[in-house]
Amino acid sequence: MNSTVILDAAIYCLMGVTVLSLVRVIIGPEPEDRMIGLNLTASQVLAILVLAAVKLDRAIFLDVALVYAILGFIGMLAIARSMWSREKST
Amino acid sequence: MIWAIALLLLLGVFFGITGNIGVLRFPDVFTRLHAAAKCSTTSVFSILLACMLLKGWDPMTWRILVIALFFLITSPVSAHIIGRSAWMRGLMPWGRKHRSW
Repeated sequence: MNSTVILDAAIYCLMGVTVLSLVRVIIGPEPEDRMIGLNLTASQVLAILVLAAVKLDRAIFLDVALVYAILGFIGMLAIARSMWSREKST
Repeated sequence: MIWAIALLLLLGVFFGITGNIGVLRFPDVFTRLHAAAKCSTTSVFSILLACMLLKGWDPMTWRILVIALFFLITSPVSAHIIGRSAWMRGLMPWGRKHRSW
């Protein structure tokens, strides 16, 4: 049992599963539903990046994953803040 | 050792599938938020733990540890922000006729 095989299996399973939360981003009736889908997609892309870094043995992908996590969190803060200020102004 | 890594990866994929099905199937913003927050934290953390076990004593392990700590801090915070935004906008929780508190 090789470690590359199980890493490949996990990467493909996560890539197939992330499509479901992207479907929620597209069809979500409320803006919060789209935010939930984006948050879940960002966390799973983070997991896929770490798995690819371990599989290919490239440490640079881990820096990309960390910056992606930080930008996803700040983007979520910015979206929530803009929705809150729009709600306050109306 | 390889079986522990395979078990952790299987656990991560299982929780990922469960969370995505929950996000797709639940009827309401708050229930979807519950499924997404819990399952994404568990799935990503077990996958990062499997990667740390696979790499052993390596410089990549500590970077993965930093990513895991950051994710453990920010994922509940962003879930709380989304839930608070939905609550402040006045969305009704599923199965309730009026907001009583």
